[in-house]
Amino acid sequence: MGKLRQVAFYGKGGIGKSTTSQNTLAALADLDQKILIVGCDPKADSTRLILHAKAQDTVLSLAAEAGSVEDLELEDVLKTGYKDIRCVESGGPEPGVGCAGRGVITSINFLEENGAYDGIDYVSYDVLGDVVCGGFAMPIRENKAQEIYIVMSGEMMAMYAANNISKGILKYASTGGVRLGGLICNSRQTDKELDLAEALAKKLNSKLIHFVPRDNIVQHAELRRMTVIEYAPDSQQADEYRQLAKKIHENGGKGTIPTPITMEELEELLMEFGIMTKEDEAVIGKAANA
Amino acid sequence: MTVDVKAERKALIEEVLKEYPEKTAKKRAKHLNVYEEGKPDCGVKSNVKSIPGVMTVRGCAYAGAKGVVWGPVKDMVHVSHGPVGCGHYSWSQRRNYSTGITGVNSWVTMQVTSDFQEKDIVFGGDKKLDKLINEIETLFPLNNGVSVMSECPIGLIGDDIEAVAKKKAKEIGKVVAPVRCEGFRGVSQSLGHHIANDVMRDYVVDKAADKPFEGTPYDVVIVGDYNIGGDAWASRILLEEMGLRVIAQWSGDASVAEMERGSKAKLNLIHCYRSMNYICRHMEEKYGIPWMEYNFFGPSQIAKSLRAIAEQFDDKIKDGAERVIAKYQPMADAILAKYKPRLEGKRIMLYVGGLRPRHVADAYGDLGMEVIGTGYEFAHGDDYQRTTKYVKDGTLIYDDVSEFELEKFIERLQPDLVGSGIKEKYGTQKMGVPFRQLHSWDYSGPYHGYDGFAIFARDMDLAVNSPVWGLTKAPWKAA
Repeated sequence: MGKLRQVAFYGKGGIGKSTTSQNTLAALADLDQKILIVGCDPKADSTRLILHAKAQDTVLSLAAEAGSVEDLELEDVLKTGYKDIRCVESGGPEPGVGCAGRGVITSINFLEENGAYDGIDYVSYDVLGDVVCGGFAMPIRENKAQEIYIVMSGEMMAMYAANNISKGILKYASTGGVRLGGLICNSRQTDKELDLAEALAKKLNSKLIHFVPRDNIVQHAELRRMTVIEYAPDSQQADEYRQLAKKIHENGGKGTIPTPITMEELEELLMEFGIMTKEDEAVIGKAANA
Repeated sequence: MTVDVKAERKALIEEVLKEYPEKTAKKRAKHLNVYEEGKPDCGVKSNVKSIPGVMTVRGCAYAGAKGVVWGPVKDMVHVSHGPVGCGHYSWSQRRNYSTGITGVNSWVTMQVTSDFQEKDIVFGGDKKLDKLINEIETLFPLNNGVSVMSECPIGLIGDDIEAVAKKKAKEIGKVVAPVRCEGFRGVSQSLGHHIANDVMRDYVVDKAADKPFEGTPYDVVIVGDYNIGGDAWASRILLEEMGLRVIAQWSGDASVAEMERGSKAKLNLIHCYRSMNYICRHMEEKYGIPWMEYNFFGPSQIAKSLRAIAEQFDDKIKDGAERVIAKYQPMADAILAKYKPRLEGKRIMLYVGGLRPRHVADAYGDLGMEVIGTGYEFAHGDDYQRTTKYVKDGTLIYDDVSEFELEKFIERLQPDLVGSGIKEKYGTQKMGVPFRQLHSWDYSGPYHGYDGFAIFARDMDLAVNSPVWGLTKAPWKAA
C-alpha cells in the first residue's frame, strides 16, 4: 500500500459529479485500490451506485439520534459496496434549515478521529454544487484533499462554477497542500465542447484530464443503481471511465495551483470560440419577443 | 475655563494619538475633543465600529437586548437561545432589582438557555426551542411569557424563531417574543436596545392596545429606568407623592401586564433616553402619547424635573410637585451640609454607557464637585448634543474610549474620583485614584431620587476620602 491519496470532486450542481466519481472510483477499485468515499452532500446520494441503495444511516442523522457524534462508532456509519469500496455519507439537515456546512466539518473530523482512513489508498470527497460557505470548503483545507478534480461541461454556467471552485482552491493552496488535479469534462454535447474545455483548463493553469462522452448506458446503469463499470464492464463507456481512473491514478502529485480568471475573461473565451459574438452585446437584457 | 487648560487638554489628546499607527490615530482623533462652550454638540464622532486592536469595553446587541432592556421584565422567562456561554456569562450581570419569588413568579435572577449543541447547529434549533418553551410551561406555570434572545449562531444558520414564537404564543396563550439580537449585529449594545424596543412594540404594546384599562388623567409610565439597586422605586415614590399614578415601569421590576399598559399612559417619562427613546417615539406616533426626558440624579435636577413634569398636568399636580420638593429639601440640605464640605472642589472623570455620562453631572455639581472629563461607550450624536447642557467649557470628551486612552487621561488629569465600570475599576485604583462603579452602583444604590442622593453622596465620600489613599504611593510620583 502506498501513501494515502485524498481527492475531491467538485463542480456545478447537476453536472454529474456523483456519477462520474463513482464510476471512476469503481474503476480504481478494479485496479486493486482500497477506497473510501465520503459523501459531503446533505442529499446523501454520493454512494448510491456503489451500495446499490441510498445510504440511510448518515453520520449526522445517527449523531442527531444518538445525541452527538461522540456517541457514534465508525461501523455504525461505514458501509461496504462494490469491490469492498467503503462508503460514508455525511448527510445533513433538510433543505432550508440548520447549517449543512457545519455538518460536513463535523463528519470529516469524526471520520479522521475514528481512523476511517486507516489501510486506505484513496479517500474521495464528493462535495455538493458550488462552494457556498466555509463548511463545503472543508475538504479543500489543510490536510484534507490534495487533488481537486472539477467536473464541468461546455455550458457557460458549468465553466463559471469551475472557475469559482478554482478560486476556492487558490485561497487554500498556499496554506495547505491542495492542488487542482484537473478538469473532467462530462459532455453535454455543446458546441466545440472539447476545445472550450481544453482552453479553460489551460487558462486555469491546469489540464483536461479526460473528456467523458455522453452515453445513454450511464442512464441505464443508474436506473439499476449501479456504475457502468459494474453494469456493463465491456461497454465503450466503461472503458472511458477506466481511462479516466488510470489518468487520475498516474496524476498523483502532478496537481497545479490554479489561476482563476475574471468573468470578462471567461466571456472572451466564449467569444473566441464563437459561442458568443461581439454583436451579442446588443442582445443582453433583451427578451426574445422584444 | 482658562485658555491654558484647554490647550493643555488638546495637547494631551495629541500626545495620546501619537502612540497610535497613523490610520488608527486619524480615526480616533474624531472621537476625542475638548468641549467648546456654545457649540451644539461635543464635537466628537460616535456610534461607529470600534477599531480592532484597541481595548474597548463595549458590549454586543445581545447584551443590550437581554441584559439591559428585556432581562429586567420579571414575570417572563428570558431564554438565551444558542450555546451556553452567552447566557451563563451574562447571568445576573445587572443589578436590576425586582420583587417576587424567584422561580414562582419572578425569573430575573435565573439563567435559562437552550444550550445549543453541534446537532442543533447542523439540523437547526427550532424544534428544540419549541420543546424548551413547553418545558418552561411545565416548570414555571405562572410565567407570563417567554422572550427568545437570539445568540449569534441563530442568525448564521437562519433559524425561524419568529415562526416558533408565533406558534407557541398561540398554544400557551402568552407573550412569546423573538428578539433578533445576534451579537454580530451593529457596533455596540446600542443596536440591541433598539431591536429590543421594536420587539416590545410588536409583541407586547401593539398587541395589547385594545385590552380594557381604567385610566385616570394622571397616568404616567417610567421609561428607561432599570431599577439598578432600586432606582425606579426611589423615583416612583416621588411621582406618586406629587399625585401622579405610575401605571408601568419599563423595564426595571416590570411585569408583562405593566408593559401591556404602555399605550394607556398620558405621559411617558424617560430616564435613559439612549436605550428606550425608540418605544417612546412609537407610542407618540401611534397613540399620541407625549414623552419627556427627566433627571432624578441630585436635588437640583430632581426639583427641576419634578416641576417640568408637573407643568404637563393641572394645578393639583403642580402643587404636589412643590409639596414634594418642600418635603425633601431639608433632607437634601442635610446631605449637602454633611458631604459638600468633604467633596467641594473635587474633580471627577466619567466614562459610562449611554446616559449617565451627562445625567449624573449636576448631582456631582450639587456636592461641589466638577466633571473634568466624560464620555460614552455607545452614545449617538443626539446624546452628545444633550451633553452640552451638562458639561462646562473645556471638559475633555472621549467617545468609545480605549483602555489606553482612558488610562493616559486619568494619569495626566489626576482626578479625585473616576466613575466608570468594573473593567476600569481596578486599574484605576491601582493608579491610586478613587473609583466608583457607575453602571452597577458598586453593590450599592439606589442613586435616583432624594433617597438615592443620600446614598450617592455617602458613597462618593467613602471613595474619595477613604484613608486608604493616604497609604498608597502612586508609581508616577517621585520617590
